[in-house]
Amino acid sequence: MDERLRSALHLLPDYLSQHVLLSAAALILGTAVSLPLTVAASRSAGVRWPVLGLASVIQTVPSLALLALFYPLLLGLSSVCRHFFGFGFPALGFLPSLLALTLYSILPILRNGVTAITGLDPAILQAARGVGMTRSQRLWRVELPLAAPMIMAGVRTAAVWVIGTATLATPVGQTSLGNYIFSGLQVENWVWVLFGCGAAVALAIVTDQLLALVELGVARRRSGFVWLGVGLLLVGIAAAGAVPLADAGRGGYVVGAKNFSEQYILADLIADRIRAGGQAASERTDLGSTIAFRALAGNELDVYVDYSGTLWTDILGRTDFLPRGPMLRALHDELRRRYGVELLGALGFENAYVLAMRRDRASALGIRTIDDLARVAPQLTLGGDLEFFARPEWRLLQARYRLAFHARREYQPTFMYRALTSGEVDVITAFSSDGRIAADHLTVLKDPLHAIPPYDAVLLLSPRRAADPYLRSALAPLEGALPITLMREANYLVDRPTAKLEPAQSARWLERAAHLTGGF
Amino acid sequence: MIELNGVSKSFDGGAIFAVRQVTLQVPARSFVAVVGRSGSGKTTLLKLMNRLLEPDAGDIAIAGQPVRSLPPYALRRRIGYVFQGIGLFPHMSIAENVGITPRLVGWPEPQIRARVEELIDLVALPRTYLARMPAELSGGQRQRVGIARALAVRPAIMLMDEPFGALDPVTRDTLGSEYRRLHDGMQLTTVMVTHDVMEAVLLADRIVVMRGGDIVADGPPHELLAEHPDPEVRELMETPRRQAERVRILLEERAARG
Repeated sequence: MDERLRSALHLLPDYLSQHVLLSAAALILGTAVSLPLTVAASRSAGVRWPVLGLASVIQTVPSLALLALFYPLLLGLSSVCRHFFGFGFPALGFLPSLLALTLYSILPILRNGVTAITGLDPAILQAARGVGMTRSQRLWRVELPLAAPMIMAGVRTAAVWVIGTATLATPVGQTSLGNYIFSGLQVENWVWVLFGCGAAVALAIVTDQLLALVELGVARRRSGFVWLGVGLLLVGIAAAGAVPLADAGRGGYVVGAKNFSEQYILADLIADRIRAGGQAASERTDLGSTIAFRALAGNELDVYVDYSGTLWTDILGRTDFLPRGPMLRALHDELRRRYGVELLGALGFENAYVLAMRRDRASALGIRTIDDLARVAPQLTLGGDLEFFARPEWRLLQARYRLAFHARREYQPTFMYRALTSGEVDVITAFSSDGRIAADHLTVLKDPLHAIPPYDAVLLLSPRRAADPYLRSALAPLEGALPITLMREANYLVDRPTAKLEPAQSARWLERAAHLTGGF
Repeated sequence: MIELNGVSKSFDGGAIFAVRQVTLQVPARSFVAVVGRSGSGKTTLLKLMNRLLEPDAGDIAIAGQPVRSLPPYALRRRIGYVFQGIGLFPHMSIAENVGITPRLVGWPEPQIRARVEELIDLVALPRTYLARMPAELSGGQRQRVGIARALAVRPAIMLMDEPFGALDPVTRDTLGSEYRRLHDGMQLTTVMVTHDVMEAVLLADRIVVMRGGDIVADGPPHELLAEHPDPEVRELMETPRRQAERVRILLEERAARG
C-alpha cells in the first residue's frame, strides 16, 4: 500500500472520531437551540424577523472566519471568568469549534421549522382550539407533529453543512478530518487532501441517509424507521466516543505543531524523544501561528517549537530588535514572567524570512543583496505568504532598503514557490530553513543592513511542564543539535516534488543524521 | 341553555361591528339555525359562544354559568364544535381524531376505545375506517368523522359552522337529516350557522336572521316563511318558499295526470 495512504488510514480512527463527536455535539446543540427559537419565532412576528435575520447574517460570515472569531471572544470571556470566578476555560480546540458550528446549524432548522409552522392550515389550528386543546397541547399534538418532517429536512441540511464545515476546525486547534486537508495542502500530499475530503463526504452522505430514514419515519408515522435511524446514528456517535476514551487512558505529553512541514517533522522528532524514554506522547498539528503559543500558555500543549523573531513581535508585541544573544535572553525572561512559559533552548538553526530569487534571474539582473534588489524592484513582482505583508519585518525591510515593487501577490507557501519557479513572481519571501531553497536552485539575497531579526528555532515548554524533569532531560539533547543544513534537508525530504517522505520518516532520518537515536 | 346579553364584537376597534348588541336565548334541546349573507356576523356570533373569539361588550352564559368563569380550553371540551373546513388532524388516524377530546380530558384508554367505536357506529361509518387516515376518506365521510369527534365527550351543546357547506346536495341532505335525528335522540342543544336557508328551514326549530351584526328576524321557520315586515328577510325566505311551491305544483301535476 502507498505509504501516504497507510499513514492516513493509521490516523483515521482519531481524526474521524473527533470529527464525528464535534459534528454530533454541534448538531444536537444546534437542534436544541433551534427548536425553542422556531416555536418562539413562529408565534410572534416580532421575534421572527430579528431571529431569522440574525441567523442569516451568521450564515453569510465565512465559516473559517466564524471559527477564528470565537478564539478572541472566548479568550476574553475566559479571562473575565477567571477574574470573577477563579477559573477559565480553553479558548481553543473543541469549544470554539462547537460554538461556531452550532451557530452554523441553526439557520436551516429554524427556517424550515418556522416556514412549516406558520404555513399550517388555519382550519386545523382552529379545530385544535375547537376540540379544547391548551396552547401547549396544540404545540405538541398538532403543530410540531405536522411540522416535524420539514424540521427534519432542516436538520439534514444542517448536518451536511456542519460535517463539511467541521474540517475547518483544524486551524483553531480541534482535530478533525480537516487535518488531512490542511497537512496535505502544506506538504503537497494530495493523497491526504483527497483522503480527507473523501472521508468528510462519506461521513456526510452516511449521516444524511440515516437522517433521511428518520425523516421518512416521521413523515409516514413509522416509528420503526425513526428508531432504526436514530439507533444507527447513536451507535456511530458511541463508537466515535469510545476512541478518545481509549486514548485518554494513555495520557502522556502533548506535542504541538504549526501548519508547515518543518513543524510536523520537529513535532514527530520531539514525540519520538519522549517515547524513547518510555512515556506516551500525542500530537496536535496544524495550529495557527499564535494559536499554538496560546494553547501552550494555557497548558493545552506541553511542548512545541517556535521562532524567536515570531515570539518577539507577535507574542511580546515588540517592534525593536536586539542581536541574537540578548534577544534570546530577553525572550526567556519575558515569556517566563508573563506566561510562565519556559524557553528551554535553541535547536541550532534559524527559520527566518529571507528574500529569494531564481538563481538565473538573480544573476541576469546582477542581484546579490537586498540593496541590489531595491534598484530594480519597481520592475519586479514580489510574492509573499499570507501573513508576511502584515508583519513588522516587511515594514522594516521597506523602510531600510526603500523597497517599492511593481506589484505584490500573496500565496499559500506551497504555491508561492510554484509561482516563483513558473515566473509569475520574481522575488519571494522564503524561509531560510526551507529545503526548496536548495532544491529549486534559489538565491537567498543578503541582508547587509540586518533589517530582518533573528528567527532561532526554540523549544518552549508549557507552564505546567516548565520544571518537568522527564521532559527536560528528554529534550536536552536537541539543543543546538540541528544545524540549518540538516533541517533544510529534512524539510526537503517532505517537500520535494517526487519520492516524498512522510514527516515521521523525515524525523527519523533527522534523528539518525543528528546522532540523536537511542534512549537517554 | 345559551344566553347572550348585549354582546358586541368589533375587529377594528369599534369602527364596524361584526356583532352589535345582540341578545339571544337558546333554550335547552332547541335547534337554532343562524342565517344571513356573508359578513352578516353569524360565524362571529357562533365563535363567541365557545370563546374562539372574545366579546368587546356583553355577557355570555352557558347553563347559567358565565363562559368567562372557565378557561377557554375547558369550556370548549364541554361544547361540540363542527365547521365547514372540518379540520380533521391529518397526522392522526380516524380513531385518534375521534378520541382526541376524551384523551385531552384524560379518559382511560379502554373507555376511549369503546366510545370511539360507539361514535363511528353512530355516524354510520364502518369500523374498519378507524385505522385510516383522513386523506383516505371522501368529503362526506370526513364530515361524519367531524361530527363524531364533536360528540365524543357527550357535550350538551353543539355549535356547527356551515357543517355541510362543502358537500354535494345528496350527501348534504342525508347527513343533515341524520344529524337532526342525533340531535333529537341525544337531546342536544344545537346552534347551526348556514347560508343555505332551505337547509335551515328543513332542519331547525327556529331561525335567526342576521344582517350587519344585528338580529333582524327570529322565529320558527313557518312564521318567517309567512309574511315578515323586513324586505330583506322576505327576500331571503322567498327562495325556499318558491322552491317548495314549485315542487308542490310539480307533484300536483303528476298526481292530476296519474
